[in-house]
Amino acid sequence: MKNIKVRYFAAYREETGIGSETVNTGAGTPAALFAECATRHAGLQSYSAALVAINDEMSDWNTALCEGDEVLFFPPVAGG
Amino acid sequence: MNRFEITAQAIDPDVFRQRLLDPACGAYVQFDGWVRNHNEGQRVLRLEYEVYEPLAVKEGQGIIDEAIERFGVNNACCVHRSGLLEITDLAVVVAVSSPHRDAAFQACRYIIDETKARLPIWKKEHYENGEAEWVNCKHHGPGSSTIPQANL
Repeated sequence: MKNIKVRYFAAYREETGIGSETVNTGAGTPAALFAECATRHAGLQSYSAALVAINDEMSDWNTALCEGDEVLFFPPVAGG
Repeated sequence: MNRFEITAQAIDPDVFRQRLLDPACGAYVQFDGWVRNHNEGQRVLRLEYEVYEPLAVKEGQGIIDEAIERFGVNNACCVHRSGLLEITDLAVVVAVSSPHRDAAFQACRYIIDETKARLPIWKKEHYENGEAEWVNCKHHGPGSSTIPQANL
């Protein structure tokens, strides 16, 4: 099990009602972690695409998570 | 000044030309993105940009470096707003200077397209009917997420 800090932005923050949480998890990847978080925050399941970053670097959904990582879940972006 | 910036202040569109003025360049292209009053059939009253600035600035700088490298332009910059914007406000400016026009147009297009697709910036539209919605974040019903489910 690892301790991971999770941060939610924009629509995700509004759906979860929180900006961040620290979770103790067996999830090995951001994809698994997101699925786990979505079981607790049902609103996360209803979006069609998203990006993920780990420790302020853009990442992909199958990167291995390490103890103490900060995982940032980004809902679909819309700059410009 | 950094080539990519996020600002909570109104953007002055007239400063970029002087900033990129270069005797080696024969072309200057500037794209101004304005807040418009409608989207997908709805009247929009105002916009709100949420930006995760540490990563937006880092990725934004990377996009500009890529454009300079890929198209061989001399210089480029981009400024994007955060916070609450009114109709006709400037949301984003991209400016490029280059010896020739083709590369300047291409680099400008590349920077605005990548900015829209890759940066952690979210846009919330406030509508005439009092509702507000995050753009590109329409609900598709539970379980329809396309986030990769591999290696769970």
